[in-house]
Formats: sequence, C-alpha cells, structure tokens
Amino acid sequence: MTTTAPAPVTATDTLLDFRNVEMTFPNGTVALQGVDLTVDRGQFVSVVGPSGCGKSTLLRIASGLETASDGTAGVAADRIGYVFQDATLLPWRSVQGNVELLAELGHVPKAERAAKAKHAIDLVGLNGFEANLPKQLSGGMRMRVSLARSLTLDPELFLFDEPFGALDEITRERLNDELLRLFVEQQFAGLFITHSVSEAVYLSTEVIVMSGRPGSIVGRFDVPFPMPRDPDIRFTPEFAELVGEVSHALREGHR
Amino acid sequence: MVTLQEVAEARTARTAARRSSTRTRRSVTWWQPVVVLAVLVAVWYAAAYYYDHVRSLAFLVPYPHLVLKAIVAPTGMNGAPSTFGHDLWTALGRTTVVSLTGLAFAIVIGVLWAMAMAQAKWLENSLYPYAVVLQCVPILALVPLIGALFGYEFTSRVIVTVMIALFPMVSNTLFGLQSADRAQHELFRLQRSSRLARLVKLQVPAALPSIFVGLRTSAGLSVIGAIVGDQFFQRGNPGLGVLIQVTASRLMGPELYATIIIASLYGVVVFLVFGLLGRLAVGRWHDFG
Repeated sequence: MTTTAPAPVTATDTLLDFRNVEMTFPNGTVALQGVDLTVDRGQFVSVVGPSGCGKSTLLRIASGLETASDGTAGVAADRIGYVFQDATLLPWRSVQGNVELLAELGHVPKAERAAKAKHAIDLVGLNGFEANLPKQLSGGMRMRVSLARSLTLDPELFLFDEPFGALDEITRERLNDELLRLFVEQQFAGLFITHSVSEAVYLSTEVIVMSGRPGSIVGRFDVPFPMPRDPDIRFTPEFAELVGEVSHALREGHR
Repeated sequence: MVTLQEVAEARTARTAARRSSTRTRRSVTWWQPVVVLAVLVAVWYAAAYYYDHVRSLAFLVPYPHLVLKAIVAPTGMNGAPSTFGHDLWTALGRTTVVSLTGLAFAIVIGVLWAMAMAQAKWLENSLYPYAVVLQCVPILALVPLIGALFGYEFTSRVIVTVMIALFPMVSNTLFGLQSADRAQHELFRLQRSSRLARLVKLQVPAALPSIFVGLRTSAGLSVIGAIVGDQFFQRGNPGLGVLIQVTASRLMGPELYATIIIASLYGVVVFLVFGLLGRLAVGRWHDFG
C-alpha cells in the first residue's frame, strides 16, 4: 500500500476529478469500475450504495490512503479533512488534545494550534468540554470532536466515510444540521458516504448512486433545494419524491 | 441557544464520567481477607501443636508467635538477642537490589525487543520465537553455564532474574504496541507523519496499559528470580534465598519461616507498588485492574 499523492488537476473550481477510476485489490476483487466523479467548490456530493460496493474505497483513493489501479484520480485540494466511521479519538487525550492532534503532527506551533483547536471546538458546540476525556463523552459528542479535529486543517475538501452510521436517529439528524451549518459557514466542498438515502438528499447538492460489486455509478441526482436548508424541508412532498427516486435507483442498481 | 439535544448530551457525559469514577474506586472489603488470615493462623496453630506435642518435631512447624518474634526481636538459644534480625534485613536489602536491577534490565530489553518487533511483521516473525524459547528454557539447565561464565555472585543472580522476568515485558509490550486500530494508524498516515511520530504519539501511549500489566507480572517474577538466583549462586553477598537454605539446614524453624514470610511480603509489596504505578500512569483513561 502506498501513500502517493493523487495527481493534481488544473481547473481551479474542481477539487476532485475522477475519470474512469478502477480499483482491483491484490486478491482479484474488483471494488470499483469506470467511476467518473467530480466535486467542485461549493458542492456537497453524497454517495449512496449497498454495503461492500466500494463507496469507502472511493474515499480512500481520494485521500491518498489507496492508489487507484487504473484511470485518473485527480485531487486539487491542498487541505483535505477526513472523518472516519468511528470517531477514532485517542482515549488518553482530552477533547482539546485530540482536536490539536492533526495540527501537532503538522508541526504547528503550540500557541497557534491551541487557538485553532479552541475555534474548532466552538464551531462544533463543545465549549466547556475541552478537558473531558473521550470515555466521558456520548457517541454524538465524540463524533463532534472528530469533526472539530478535521476542521483545524481548514479543509477545502472534506471526506466523510459514513460518519453518523453508528448514531441514533435523533443525534444523527442533529449532527446533519450541524454539518450543513458548517458547510455553509466554512465553505468546504464535501464528499459524503452514507447508507441513508434521506441523509444523502438532505445534506447534498448532488447524490450519486452506486451499484453493488463491482461498484459503478448507476444514477446521479441534482438536489435543487437551496442552502442554508430548512430542517423542515424533510417533510415536504418534493423531498419525499426525490428520496423515492434515489431509493428506486438504488434498488435497480442492486438487482 | 441550548437545545434539548445538547442538554441530553451533556447529561450523558456526566453520567459516563460518574460511572467511570465509581468503577475505579475500590469497594471496602478489608475485613474479608482478615477473616481468612485468622482462619489460616488458627490452622497453623493447630498444626504447630500437632508437630510439637504429637510428633516432637517442633522446628518443622513452629508456632506463629515464635515466627513473629524471630522477625521483630530474635533471640538465641540462651535468650540473648541473636544476629538473625540483622541477617534478615541485610538479606532483604540484597535481594531487593538484585530483583530491581534484574527488573530494570528486563524492562529495557523487553520494551526495546517489542518495539523492534512492532516495526515490521518480518521482524516479529524472526524475533518472537526466541522470546517463547526463553520462556521455555529450564533456567536450572543453564545455571552451571551461567555460573561458569559470569561467576557465582551478583552478575549471575541478575542474569537469572532477567531471564525469568523478561517474557511478560516482551509479550505485553508487543500486544500493547499492536493494539492501536487501523483507522487510528490511517489518521496519522493521512498527515504524512513519520514512523517515529506514530510510535511516540500513538503506539506507545496505546501500549501503556499493557506495559504496566507486564511490568506488574515481571516485578513479581523478578523477586522469584532473585531468590532462585541466590540459591544457585551462593558466593558474594547472600540474599533471602541463601538465608532460607542456611536456616533450613540448621533446623532453625522460626527463623526459616520468618525468612519465607518476609520474602513473600516483599513479593506482595512489589506487586502492589507496580500495580499502583500503573493506576497512576493510565488509570485516568483506562480501567487498570
């Protein structure tokens, strides 16, 4: 496994440009086939698909954790945030210490990274919990810490690997709203992997539907609702209709 | 604006904090072991009575109060104070020095060995079998060789101690260094951090709970090692092991029992001290048993 940086792309507004990306693992499993995908500035793209369709592999290629076996995987963003399925906090570090970690690894001076962390902790609404240890936090709060940790990088492109999948419905909806607020305020572009169609539609400017193995794109939907989004949009017929269309495409692709 | 959700999350956090603090607090059960001790002492008195009056071999099982007297105010046959008290505490001091020296070497060697193995699978495959071999070698079989090579004094005692105490340090440290999960490693890789940074900021802190478990086990074993080493190598400054053999061969019952009890207490103290160190070091974020 190499960590070679993906090839840069030239267009200034396109942060991620995948052309005909293919991923075959050493054991012969074809995880991705002919994937074309772009994420521009101001876009929040969600990818929905069945388990094991290579959605996460897509993110791993975008972040440089994996290298595509064929096609071009261009990433033009310098600062990339990555949020894992689990909060992946270091249990011996306080909230403050965890949020500072990435800046610390980037050799940012102590005072500067403390200020960055403070700001990020405020952004996710965790002020007052700086000294707490991860084991003293609820699952939702841990995920907020994880978000804050990536926010310290001031990312242009934010990659999310099913970050809220393990949370209960109420916490999840609450964090969806927080994420939308951060998207509007912080102006990063997002690529969001999820199992949940309604979460994808609610968060995104575009929803991509992937089929099962080998993973390929079987549907693209523009989400017309304006940002910032009203939480009540989830109860409108237009929203329900779009969720229905995406779900339908997902079922078709799964067949 | 404080929403219900935030209130709920804060409450969950407080409950979690409270739960974890009660879990680490020890419940007060001091009287239960005391009852067991009383029963043991009673059985001991009965056995001592049997050996004294029925078998007429009082030195084999001396009365507990005679053993206690041998520890706090030993007297000779004629009732005058004997030198046993001095011998006992000197021997304890020497055994302490040997066991702690051996333990220090076991810690350094064990942690470095495990760190080397944690760097690459091929290193682990090459080096781990020898840790197991070390664990399987009957130390007794090596004693004549160690004595011939390093003399029958301090050095050889320490070497035996290291050999006995090393394995738990190696295996527990290795287990701990490998306990950080894949996503945590990837978090560091995404920042292009060096292997050293990953070792120092991720693997070593993650390993600390296991390292302290290993340390506590090794500390107990180092006491055994020092006493065993003593019994094999009788030259130089003798420790508790030699004193046990001398008092046994001279049929000094109370003194023999006194030495055994002090050696055991020393082992218990070492175990407790290193357990306490572990709790102080990682108890804040890890439930250290």
